[in-house]
Amino acid sequence: MEGETKVIYARSDSGRIETAQTSGWDVEETVLEQAIDEIHRQAKEAHTRAVTGKTSPLEFHMYNQRMDLAMLAQAVGRFQWLVKRDFDPARFARLSPARLERYADVMGLQPDILQTLPDRYD
Amino acid sequence: MTDAFQHQHAAHCETGVMSAILRHHGLAVSEPMAFGLASGLAFAYLPMVKINGLPLIAYRIPPRMIIRLLSRRINGLSMAFRKFRNPDEGMRALDRLLDDGQVVGLQTSVFFLPYFPQDMRFHFNAHNLLVYGRFGTEYGISDPVFSHLVSTDAESLQKARFAKGALAPKGMMYYPVSVPAEIDFQRLIPKAIKLTIKVSSRRSPMPIAGVNGIRRVARRIEKLADAESRYANLFLGHIVRMQEEIGTGGGGFRFMYAAFLQEAAEIMASDLLAEAADKMSEIGDEWRLFALMCARMSKQRHGDTFASIAQQMNKVAQMESDLYDLLSVYR
Repeated sequence: MEGETKVIYARSDSGRIETAQTSGWDVEETVLEQAIDEIHRQAKEAHTRAVTGKTSPLEFHMYNQRMDLAMLAQAVGRFQWLVKRDFDPARFARLSPARLERYADVMGLQPDILQTLPDRYD
Repeated sequence: MTDAFQHQHAAHCETGVMSAILRHHGLAVSEPMAFGLASGLAFAYLPMVKINGLPLIAYRIPPRMIIRLLSRRINGLSMAFRKFRNPDEGMRALDRLLDDGQVVGLQTSVFFLPYFPQDMRFHFNAHNLLVYGRFGTEYGISDPVFSHLVSTDAESLQKARFAKGALAPKGMMYYPVSVPAEIDFQRLIPKAIKLTIKVSSRRSPMPIAGVNGIRRVARRIEKLADAESRYANLFLGHIVRMQEEIGTGGGGFRFMYAAFLQEAAEIMASDLLAEAADKMSEIGDEWRLFALMCARMSKQRHGDTFASIAQQMNKVAQMESDLYDLLSVYR
C-alpha cells in the first residue's frame, strides 16, 4: 500500500482496547487484489473488443478508470441505455465535443485521450 | 489557530474528522466516543443497490449521518454545512474560511485525491477530510486515515469536491460555529446506545438491518453454492472489503464500538457496559475469523465451504443478538 499504515482497534496485553498501527493483514490484501483483478479483467476484455471494432474506446476507459455502466450513467446524469448506445464505435466517433468532454470530465481524463485506445493493455 | 492544529491518525474518515474538529476546539472526544455517541454501529444489507454488480453491505449507519447526528445530539454544538452549485464559488468560500484561520471539513471523492495510493483510488464519493491551511496553490490536508499530514493542488481538490455520481459531495464543507465546553455524557451515552439497539437488535422491524440483516446475508451465502464461482468469490470478497478494508478499525467497526463501550463504562461507572465491551470485542474476533474464512475460500484452500461460512455468520448474528439483549436493560 505504498508504505501507508492504518489504524485498527485491538486488545492490548493489558486487556484494554486501544489503537494500533498496521500495514494490513493478508486477508485484506487477498480481497483487494481480487477486486483490482476483476477491474483489470473487464478492462482487458473491453480493450480486446475495442481493438476489433466491436465496442468504442469509451467502454475500455470506463473500466480502466474503475467505473461500470451504472456508475458512469449516474455520473453523467443519463440513462444507462443512452450511455450504452455510445459504446457503438460509429456512434461514438460522431459524439459532440460537449458530450465527449462530459464523459472525460467524470472519469478524470482529457477528451482526446478518451477517443484513443492504447495499443497494448495488460 | 492553524499552527496549533494537531493531526491524529484515525481508523475511519467521518469519526476521525469529527473527533479532530472537536479536539481542535478544546473538546476532548476520542474517535470511538464520536462513533458511539452518533450511534454509528449498524449492519445493513441492500440487495437492490448494486456496486459493481454486487449488493451494498455496510457495517455502519449511512455516510454523513455520523456528522449530522453528532451535531444534533451534543448540546451547544452547532455546525455549519454548505453545498455549492458553482465549483469556483465553492473553492473561494473554502479559501475565505481558511484565511480566517478556520479548520474546514470537506466531503470528497477518493478517486481524484493524488495522495491516495493508486490501489485505494475508487469512485467513493463520501470520504471526509480536514483542510487546515493554504500554502500558495497547495492545500494542507489532515486526512484522518493517513498517519501523516498530506497536501494536494487546488485543481485535484476541486475535482474531488465536485465529483459526480452516487452520493455526490457537491462541494459540501462543514465547520463548527459554536462548540460547548463540555458534553453531558450522563445523558447522551444511554441515549446513543438505545438507538443502536433499536436499529440492530432482533426486535428491529427492518429485515435488512442489524441481526436480521446478518442472518439474511448468511442465507444468501448458503445459496452461493449454486452460483457461478467467479461471482461467488467476488461476493465474499466484497463483504470482506466492506468489513476490513474500508477504514473500519477492523472487524467491521465492532472493535471501535468495543472501545466506545469500554470508555463509556468508565465514565458511567457501569459493570454492564464493561461486560458489553468484552463481548463486543469477542464479536469482532468472530467477524475477523469470518473474513479469514472468506479469503481462504477464494484461494481454494482449507476445507471451508459456503455452508461453513454461512454458519460462522449465523454464529456472529447470535452473539450480536445476545449482546443487544444484554444491553437493552441498560438505562
